[in-house]
Parts: sequence; C-alpha cells; structure tokens
Amino acid sequence: MDWVLRNSGLVLELTREHLVLSLLPVLLGLVLAIPLGWLANRRSWGRTLTLNAAGFLYTLPSLALFVFLPPIIGTRILDPLNVIVALTVYVLALLVRTVADGLSAVPERIVDSATAMGFRPVRRFLAVELPIAVPVIVAGLRVAAVSSISLVTVGSVIGFGGLGKMFTEGFQREIPQQTVAGIVLVLLLALVVDALLVLAGRLLTPWERAQQPTAGRARPGARR
Amino acid sequence: MIEFRGVTKRFPDGTVAVDDLDLVAERGRITVFVGPSGCGKTTSLRMINRMVEPSAGRLEVDGRDVLSADPAELRRGIGYVIQQAGLFPHRTIVDNIATVPMLLGRGRRAARDRARELMETVGLDVSMAGRYPAQLSGGQQQRVGVARALAADPPVLLMDEPFSAVDPVVRESLQDELLRLQSELGKTIVFVTHDIDEAVKLGDRVAVFRVGGRLAQYDEPGVLLSRPVDDFVDTFVGRDRGYRGLGFLTSDTIPLGPLDMVSMGDPLPDDGWAVVLDGTGRPLGWVAAGDGPVTEDTVVPGGSLYPVGSGSLRGALDAALSSPSGQGVAVDAEGRVAGSVTADAVLAALPAARDDSAA
Repeated sequence: MDWVLRNSGLVLELTREHLVLSLLPVLLGLVLAIPLGWLANRRSWGRTLTLNAAGFLYTLPSLALFVFLPPIIGTRILDPLNVIVALTVYVLALLVRTVADGLSAVPERIVDSATAMGFRPVRRFLAVELPIAVPVIVAGLRVAAVSSISLVTVGSVIGFGGLGKMFTEGFQREIPQQTVAGIVLVLLLALVVDALLVLAGRLLTPWERAQQPTAGRARPGARR
Repeated sequence: MIEFRGVTKRFPDGTVAVDDLDLVAERGRITVFVGPSGCGKTTSLRMINRMVEPSAGRLEVDGRDVLSADPAELRRGIGYVIQQAGLFPHRTIVDNIATVPMLLGRGRRAARDRARELMETVGLDVSMAGRYPAQLSGGQQQRVGVARALAADPPVLLMDEPFSAVDPVVRESLQDELLRLQSELGKTIVFVTHDIDEAVKLGDRVAVFRVGGRLAQYDEPGVLLSRPVDDFVDTFVGRDRGYRGLGFLTSDTIPLGPLDMVSMGDPLPDDGWAVVLDGTGRPLGWVAAGDGPVTEDTVVPGGSLYPVGSGSLRGALDAALSSPSGQGVAVDAEGRVAGSVTADAVLAALPAARDDSAA
C-alpha cells in the first residue's frame, strides 16, 4: 500500500494504459463479432467457418501472437498496436460464438412474426434479434473483458503490459510490494469492469426483470 | 378479396405442400382453413403474405399479384397473428402494438396513441401499456397479438392457429371477442385451425384440406355439417355432426309450451317440477314436488336457457335435454321466462327448418 502511495503517478499512468490496452480490444472485438455472429447464425456454412476459425485463433498462445504479429501486420516489434491487435483476435474468437449462440436462442416464432409484420432483414436484426440476444452477449462480454484485462499483462514482455509492468519490474528490481500491488490492482480492475458490465446489461434489458403480475387485471366487465 | 388460382407449393425436397389450389376468400368475411397436420393449410396462409413463395399458379390480394409486390411493403398491409402471439419480449405492450405504424414511418407519439386506443378495442386495460409480454396471461398476450395485427388498419388479417395455446375457457372468450370485433371491423380474415369446432364457429366459409395439400370441400359451415362431400370430410367433421348441424338451423317455428312457475316462499308443487322465478321474472332453477315452502335449499340448478328469436335448434334441444324436468326454459331478450320447449317440439320443427335452410 505504501509503495502504491509513494508511486501513485506511475500507478495511475499504468492503470490508464492497462484500461486502454485491454478494453479497446473488447470494443473492437464486439463490433467485429456482431456481423460475424450474424453470418454464423444465418448460414450453416457460415457457422462452420466462423466457429472453427474462432476456435483455431483462440488456441494460439498469446506470447507467440505478440511475437509473430509484427511481420504479419507490418508493425515494429515494440508497438502497443501489437497488444491491441492480438487481444482483439482473442476477444473476437470468444465473442463470435457468444453472439451466434445468443442469436440462435431468439425464438423462431418471434423472428418469424417480425418478418411477417414487414421488417426488412437489417432492421429486424437491429431492432428485434440483437436486443433479445443482449443477455447472452453480455455474459460473453464479461468473460472476454476479464480475460483481456488479465492477458494484457503478458504484453509487458514487449514493453506494453499496463499494470503487468509492475510484475516484471518488481521481480527484476526485487521489490515484492510492487509485484503484489500489480496483482491486486489487476484483480480490482477486473472486478470493477465486470461489475460495470453487469450493471450495463441490467440497464439494457429491463424486460428481463419484469415480474409476473399478482393477478390479471382485465378491463372490468370484459372476460379474460 | 384473396384469390388462389392453381396455386401449388412444392418444396425443394419434392414434397408437395399445396396442390393446385383454387379458392376465393371473400372480402369482409372470415374464411377458415382447416385440416389435419400436413394438409398445407398453414403453407397456404403463409403464401398470402409471401412468407412462403408459391411454386406455380397465381395468388392475388385485392386484385394484385402478391409476387409483384415488395415483400416487406406487402406484409405491412396484412395483419398477422400467430400461436402464442409471437410478441416481442423486449418491448412493452404499447410498443408491441405500435410496431407496424412505426415501420410505416408514423411518429412514435401517434403510433402509441393509436396503440392505446386498440388496447381498449380488444378489451385490455390501458394500465397494462407499460408492461412487458411476460407479465401478461396467455389470453391477454393473444389480445395484444390481435391489437398489434390491427394497428395499421390493414384490410386483410391472417391468423395462424392463434387461440390453440390457451385454455378452452379463454379460447372461447377470445373466439367470441373475434366475432364481435369482426362485426364492427369487417376485415377479410383468413383463419387457420386444426379444430373443426373452432372452424364452424368462426367461419363464414370453411375450407377443409386433406393431407397432400388438396382442397376437399369449401362451403358454409352448415353445409359442411349436413352435406360432407366424401368420407374424408365426413370423418374429419367428426362425431355428432348431425347434432352440431342443428346449430345452423333456426328455431323460429318451435311452439312454446306452458310452464309451472313459483316464487321463493310459495308452497312446493304437488307433482312434477316447477321453475322458480326471481322478482323480475328471470329463472333461478327448478323445484320438485314436495311439502313445505320453496327455499334456497330446495332449488335445483336449471339447464341451459333457450333464447327465443335468436336461438338455434341445437340451443333449444340442449335446453330441453339439460333440464331436470325435460322442459327447456325459453327466455325472452331480457332473460325473463317466456315458456317451455321440449325435445319432441324441436324434432317436430326439424323438417321445416331443414327445408328453410336448403331453400
């Protein structure tokens, strides 16, 4: 604690970097996962293709990805972009399946009745299918965000690991307080972000908590 | 008016769901498609709003070939109600109902005002406007489904087994409500069901489909019950069809008989049965012969009542059969006892009623 207070400037800077490096990929991954999840849910070949590709990407070791990305995407080896791209790939791999599952869980008869009412496909997707899939997507998003916050620390081997830098430095300079403080802060960050996602999910889905009425109240005189 | 001319639907795997269908659903009438599962009734319905595309033939809605229309535009002009209503779980009742007006680009405020109006029309309390579908009973959800289909005031309404997922009591009240609404709105309604009783109750005309997507008979319900064209229709229309057919014969020719009537506190009759009246002349039940005065304890519940002037032979016969004395209680429009009707009198009136309906 002492160590954190004495180095508050550094800790704040690293926390900020950590948030950007971990959450920007979550956002990018989500934006990419939605159309891919839609494709996966719409066509059977789309499902096979995207889900297999996602499974493959997810099995790549993160360290290897940090090292092999620069020649592929043309960045320098010491570039925060490497971390962001690598984590985006992971988040995307996780979320494509989530989005596809969430969409396939939307009852057929609801999609059908939307079509029959005159929704065109894009509007139907945005106004009906996607909102109903929100609870499932938020659940996947929580896993992705927490994984991402934890994975950023691996980036410290190429110099951009946010709070992960406190592990490596603390270890090299033999300051155990710094290492411990780094671990605690990463955990705290994960907990706070997770809590915020739960809250956002609740705000986005008021209907999920709508309770059954205690008694039906039909208009007086009208038979139910 | 909806016109099928030689319409066939053949699916890619070779099954023929609808085979060369020729049929006209009259404007402002309820046309019911009925048949066992796999008879193509739902496929036929879904071709009207292009949820299914015909493989051959021509299908017109009010003179316009459905295939020439933009599917989304076409569907916005055709109300659609399905089983369990298919409501959007993430939208409130008022927004569910406002869906099509919003799609048509009307303002949110106007669409919601219209939605609240429609809640009244279908018998829902406007205080439910802000609730979500999961907070409503099955019957209420179905009413919302009907309101949603009516929101943009489409001339045509398609209903695909809309009442089959609710319990029988609620189903009956929804059917009555639909008939009441239809008498005010006069929509062209195509209604699909597998329940022949629902079909003959709701339909101005009933189309019976057989497996393989062929139309077996298309007639008014009374004709269907009295003159099925073949064994398939006969079997499908089911048992008691002769008895149920009485529901479509008017009963004006039945002569009413006398009835012993007493009030509370009067002495019990010496023999036979008497009808107990309340202060306004309405029937409370029956009492059997005995000693002592008529009290609450001595009153036996009566059977069904037969409304003079608006009843059918079926109603009259049922009143007679369900009464403990064998005399059905006939009531006038105000519910006051008008006389009695017996099974013999109903059967005696049958030949004349039959001649009337055949003419």
